Amino acid sequence: MNRKLIAEFKYAPAPVIRGYNKRSLYINLSTGEIKEKPVTELMIDKFVGGKGFDLYLMWHAIKDETKWDSPENEICISFGPLCGNTSYPGSGKSIVTTISPLTGIPVDCNVGGHFGPYTKFSGWDAIELQGIAKEEVIVYIDGDKGVVQILSAPDEEINSHIFAEELIKEFADSEDKYQFVSVVSSGKAAENVLITCLNFSFWDKRRKVARLKQAGRGGTGSVFRHKKIKALVVKYSGLKVDSNNPVDVETLRKRGLKLHQEIEAGDSTQNRMRQVGTAHLMEIMNDYDLLPIRNFKYGQMPEAEGLHSREFKKLFTQGMPDGCWFGCSLSCCKAVDNFEPRTGPYKGKKVCVDGPEYETAAGCGSNIGVFNARDVVEINFYCDTYGVDTISFGTSTAFAMECYENGILNKERTGGLELTWGNADAALELLHQMARGDGFGVIVGQGVRKMKQIFAEKYGADPDFLQDIGMEAKGLEYSQYMSKESLAQQGGYTLALKGPQHDEAWLIFMDMVNNQIPTFKDKAEALHYFPMFRTWFGLQGLCKLPWNDIEPANNAETDEPAKVPEHVQNYVDIYTAITGKPLNKKTLIEQSERVYNFQKVFCLRMGKGRRIDDVPPYRAVGPVTEEEYLSRQDRYDKQLKEKLNIDPEGKSTTEKMDILRKYREDQYQQLIDAVYERKGWNAQGVPKIEHLQKIGMDLPEVIEVVKRFL
Amino acid sequence: MKMLKTFPDKCITCHNCESACSKLYFKEDNAKKSCVVINEEIYPPEMIVCNQCGTCVDVCPTLALTINTQGVVILNKSLCIGCLMCVAACPINSMRFTENVYNPFKCIACGICTRTCPAEAIEIVTA
Ligand code: SF4
Ligand code: SF4
Ligand code: SF4
Repeated sequence: MNRKLIAEFKYAPAPVIRGYNKRSLYINLSTGEIKEKPVTELMIDKFVGGKGFDLYLMWHAIKDETKWDSPENEICISFGPLCGNTSYPGSGKSIVTTISPLTGIPVDCNVGGHFGPYTKFSGWDAIELQGIAKEEVIVYIDGDKGVVQILSAPDEEINSHIFAEELIKEFADSEDKYQFVSVVSSGKAAENVLITCLNFSFWDKRRKVARLKQAGRGGTGSVFRHKKIKALVVKYSGLKVDSNNPVDVETLRKRGLKLHQEIEAGDSTQNRMRQVGTAHLMEIMNDYDLLPIRNFKYGQMPEAEGLHSREFKKLFTQGMPDGCWFGCSLSCCKAVDNFEPRTGPYKGKKVCVDGPEYETAAGCGSNIGVFNARDVVEINFYCDTYGVDTISFGTSTAFAMECYENGILNKERTGGLELTWGNADAALELLHQMARGDGFGVIVGQGVRKMKQIFAEKYGADPDFLQDIGMEAKGLEYSQYMSKESLAQQGGYTLALKGPQHDEAWLIFMDMVNNQIPTFKDKAEALHYFPMFRTWFGLQGLCKLPWNDIEPANNAETDEPAKVPEHVQNYVDIYTAITGKPLNKKTLIEQSERVYNFQKVFCLRMGKGRRIDDVPPYRAVGPVTEEEYLSRQDRYDKQLKEKLNIDPEGKSTTEKMDILRKYREDQYQQLIDAVYERKGWNAQGVPKIEHLQKIGMDLPEVIEVVKRFL
Repeated sequence: MKMLKTFPDKCITCHNCESACSKLYFKEDNAKKSCVVINEEIYPPEMIVCNQCGTCVDVCPTLALTINTQGVVILNKSLCIGCLMCVAACPINSMRFTENVYNPFKCIACGICTRTCPAEAIEIVTA
């Protein structure tokens, strides 16, 4: 490819010391400025790394009124001090943040692939991308030579499954060195819609293809393409077991080996991550009435057998070390090889499809009434390559389908598409429209919140009904679990800072199945601990899955099995082994708590994050329609009797639904009170100044913003 | 396939084989750095050495492990990133590792141990 050099910056590569480079890379696409910024001790002490660095850098780069498409909005990518070690499973994550086009507040995504570790070992603890390029560009980091370049990008094909591979071949020194190059790209749809993602590649030496992992949530791909970036490319060839220069490599190796051994011994009887990845959850969720079906109406249907993990196992190539980073023996990144799409521009071509993971199988499967595994794989493939987030696509399409079912939409309004449950062809056509930038797909691709507005304004739909069934909060689409019967999970979803994603708290089993957190206080404690604990992965550049998707054989006998105490201790140990800094289980949570509250205040600053924004659609809380109530009538009637002391006999379904709704909504508000209290926030959801002082997040710029809301 | 065959009944636990192996590959007489391990805590002694089964080859993420034309599993140090996934995967603990050595190591069926064994308890066979 003939590329013009637009800007260049040379730097001296230097080894990482104890997990840090102590410098970050700033790139302004508008001006072509590229520079190095120091990572200060304050950043390390208070923000640790990863998401902490991203948010800190973004905070100081943007204004209160910055929107997703403002030139000063940034895409920040950071890696964390533990990122890139090859010893402990799950250590290769990048964390991406930006002001989201869907929510207007910071969104953060934790993503695998080789880009993060390679960029870190190239010399950078974080990258900031600001401005909008005048022409289409590629940003190239050569970590071997110490050069950063902005290059012109006349490339025609930008859909990731092809583009990532082309760039790997272009930038690698030779064919046997493809694995040293990694690419971040999006796809055609990111130019036209907002529910988009970024794909982070890793070269799969066995399959000889570029595999793609998604920074999925919140529309990162749209920001990327709006900046006229076609791709980021990094090359780094010096990876070693001690590339982080840890203080105590032996402890790191021992903890890693112990976990490898647990996985060897336990995975095939625990979660079978190595056989089917997170798709093992499909039948479990269906069994427990938790698998979202038809826009989260139901959690269980016999048809869901069609999406049983055994169906995916038949499609996934078995026996490969499918880790998204070296050293991950949990290896959950399954792939369907030689898949032939039956629709769209790649029809009949043989492609490798990453996944489907649970979220994709549920969102692009059961939630839209599609129960055929191959259809899910095809939707998955086109979502990825076009740069569409499978979770938001699933939830948005499910919403559109329910609107179609209710006559809010019809063939005329959808441009001829029959958005009936299970119509995989129509779902695929929506995707192709998103990529082409035409048709009804472009409307669906704006996400649920915008669709609600459009359908109310244009088609006179009842805004209250749309609010009830539109599965979004703060503008972000729900991820794929039913929270109706778990109050704690309703909080887990709706209180999540970026919007309803399960990565902050997944409490359904603790709450609903095992009844381990019965009181408001218990739930509030869980909604404090788990979001803080899970935030820590994003500070360090780690994956959550090896924490509790494999458990030590004796885990059930420990005091708090839900926390997997031995693995938490491993994290404490490897943190100290790499950074040389002391840590214990308590200070671990404190590291997170500072950054978590900083992000909370950041949301406030951008105009969201108060109690009025922590509102779930009623579909996430209870049955919206008679049909839903009747489908689980025994359960709901029993609750009226047992929890409310109300005899359901002789009452109409509508009456019963109203009573139940009042009760559940009230419970939710009581939960919120308890959680805010536990988190040190006032009743409006604003962090108290004393609390910020106590946890050490009382920077003047933070206090200044908080004061506006007190 | 070229591999070592062991005869525990004949082993007199002199540990000559371990010395020979570690001396050849690590230039020191240190049983922790030998690819063959003699465990005399049980009787007859346990003689642990790679049988070239290839399990480790399948889990290596960098393709640092390959099987050569003689059927021997070989580790390419320049590709190895020291993750130790192969160590955990080996069914008989024959992929070895030790402190301060970042790559694991294993028997390559060179046969030096067989020549130092006074009891003919270990020999090279081609299966
Ligand atoms: S568990 Fe899966 S997602 Fe996490 S690091 Fe390992 S391969 Fe990647
Ligand atoms: S080291 Fe272990 S897994 Fe590898 S070939 Fe030898 S016996 Fe098999
Ligand atoms: S330690 Fe080296 S040889 Fe073993 S699996 Fe890891 S990279 Fe492969």
